[in-house]
Amino acid sequence: MARKLLLENINVPGIHTFDVYRQNGGYRAVEKALKTMTPDSVVEEVKTSGLRGRGGAGFPTGMKWSFLAKPEGRERYLVCNADESEPGTFKDRYLMTHIPHLLIEGMIVASFALGAKTSYIYVRGEMMPQIRILERAIAEAKNAGFLGKNILGSGYDLELYVQPGGGAYICGEETALIESLEGKRGNPRIKPPFPAISGVWACPTVVNNVETIAAVVPIINDGGEEYSKIGNGRSTGTKLISASGNLNKPGVYEIELGLPVEEFIYSEEYCGGIANGKRLKAVVAGGSSVPILPANLILKTINGQPRLMSYESLSDGGFQTGSMLGSGGFIAFDEDQCIVRNTWNFSRFYHHESCGQCSPCREGTGWMEKVLHSLESGHGKMSDIDLLVDVSKKIEGNTICPLGDAAAWPVASAIRHFRDEFEWHVTNPKEAMEHNYGLAKYADPLPKLEEVASQN
Amino acid sequence: MLSVTEHKEIEFSADLISKFEEIVTRYPEGKQKSALLPVLHLVQAEYGWVSPEAMEKVAEFLQIQAIEVYEVATFYTMFFLRPQGKFVLEVCRTGPCCLVGAEKIMTHIEKTLGVKEGEVTADGNFSWRGVECLAACGMAPVLQIGPEYTFYENLTEESVDKLIESLKNKI
Repeated sequence: MARKLLLENINVPGIHTFDVYRQNGGYRAVEKALKTMTPDSVVEEVKTSGLRGRGGAGFPTGMKWSFLAKPEGRERYLVCNADESEPGTFKDRYLMTHIPHLLIEGMIVASFALGAKTSYIYVRGEMMPQIRILERAIAEAKNAGFLGKNILGSGYDLELYVQPGGGAYICGEETALIESLEGKRGNPRIKPPFPAISGVWACPTVVNNVETIAAVVPIINDGGEEYSKIGNGRSTGTKLISASGNLNKPGVYEIELGLPVEEFIYSEEYCGGIANGKRLKAVVAGGSSVPILPANLILKTINGQPRLMSYESLSDGGFQTGSMLGSGGFIAFDEDQCIVRNTWNFSRFYHHESCGQCSPCREGTGWMEKVLHSLESGHGKMSDIDLLVDVSKKIEGNTICPLGDAAAWPVASAIRHFRDEFEWHVTNPKEAMEHNYGLAKYADPLPKLEEVASQN
Repeated sequence: MLSVTEHKEIEFSADLISKFEEIVTRYPEGKQKSALLPVLHLVQAEYGWVSPEAMEKVAEFLQIQAIEVYEVATFYTMFFLRPQGKFVLEVCRTGPCCLVGAEKIMTHIEKTLGVKEGEVTADGNFSWRGVECLAACGMAPVLQIGPEYTFYENLTEESVDKLIESLKNKI
């Protein structure tokens, strides 16, 4: 691809320091926004860019910003969601570690656009090294006059603080994050009211992902229109993909949205193919919460079209034959991996992370974990498989927050596409303890829509 | 769950209190409860765990009820409610790490230290546990050690052995 918008300078020695960052064009967006633009014109640029939330939901950022209520006499807050906890996702860690000033610059521009005078970066508690890095970078920026009172003589004041979490995936949900920021248990709130109306301390609040905020910098530097020219359809710009699992070159890659999935997996410019000469069996394309797909359906849509790394293409086919871009946490499974074991592992994760408010999630996640453990350890019954689908349907859509859905989708999709493997665990329990099911028909050929539809 | 120990009076040092006070300045007047998580992290860094006595003192400082501290300390997984080893090895146990050998690493740690998950070695120096996704999946397997959460990536049985040896030398 042409120029990387976020990671262009990531390998410049010292880019994590203010001086080197500034020498390489850093903080130009702050100068441009505060000296030559109005808050509303900054919001317009972001709208024009087509930027969508990079945390996982993909909601248009400009639109989210425009929802912010602006009542007289009430403070507004911008909170950056750096609670990165979606299994498979590690791009925010990468960005904050190596180029923290990009996030800080984005926070200043975004806070200006939203009229926030105090902003917070909520970082998951385990990322203590990153918290230290950000605190140091904030001190450098303040020292250089880019934070504090009357920034660059513009009359705009901004204080920026880092707030640690305490180890809770649920605090990546924006209202649970706000609860945590208020010093409480991370229980999501019922929406409406949305944070744009009533958020932190009941004040209008916008919560945005790290990468979303970082993207504001190139959008202001080059203009929203330029940003919108990159990408594919309604998936504009670039995305940081976190590639993990059985790949030759796992890591964080900045891609232009619309890149073919096959190229992303196999080309030397990106993941370099499957490790140890193995064959690809399955992919979870956007973090553990999105449907898992067998190799044949991740490389091509059900219509035989090459699948692209974009919101639209990955969702092609809905949940029946498609998945989602989500957080871009791209996990690759080779032919030796056990889908049943992995599904149990993910169900244990969601059960552990459920905040416990909603009965369908609190009880359903625990139930799914138990049944999956039974299947994986050779004690499952055939009826367990439909039971899992049934429980997942009873959780989906019946909870205050999307964690319930996120717990349901991996189980439902694993059974939808890999039912044979689950059944084999029931009919051949001894064998299942000794070796894995293997690649079977999961790579080739492409299934027929009627086959998949009948699996439900 | 909350550990009921013999009641030991504790006093926070002046240094710790001044750190708490700095944190409180980050929030609007009257919203000092927002300092709770950062304060609990400092308490755990100081004492190695969060005791009921410490929680009561935190409640006093923040002018909130003790229950408001208990409910937070019991919700967030990073806070230890009983004393741990001097070094607590926390290994990621979620899907992507397991695809590349995290479970073998945990088995190796259990064998090497000689204690099960959550237990402390007889000399009081080590404990370990599996934790959920640490957002480092591309460098898996990984582990972290508090209170600064120093991070160790691309683990092998050899690198784990080296790490444990180097920690033993620090005692």
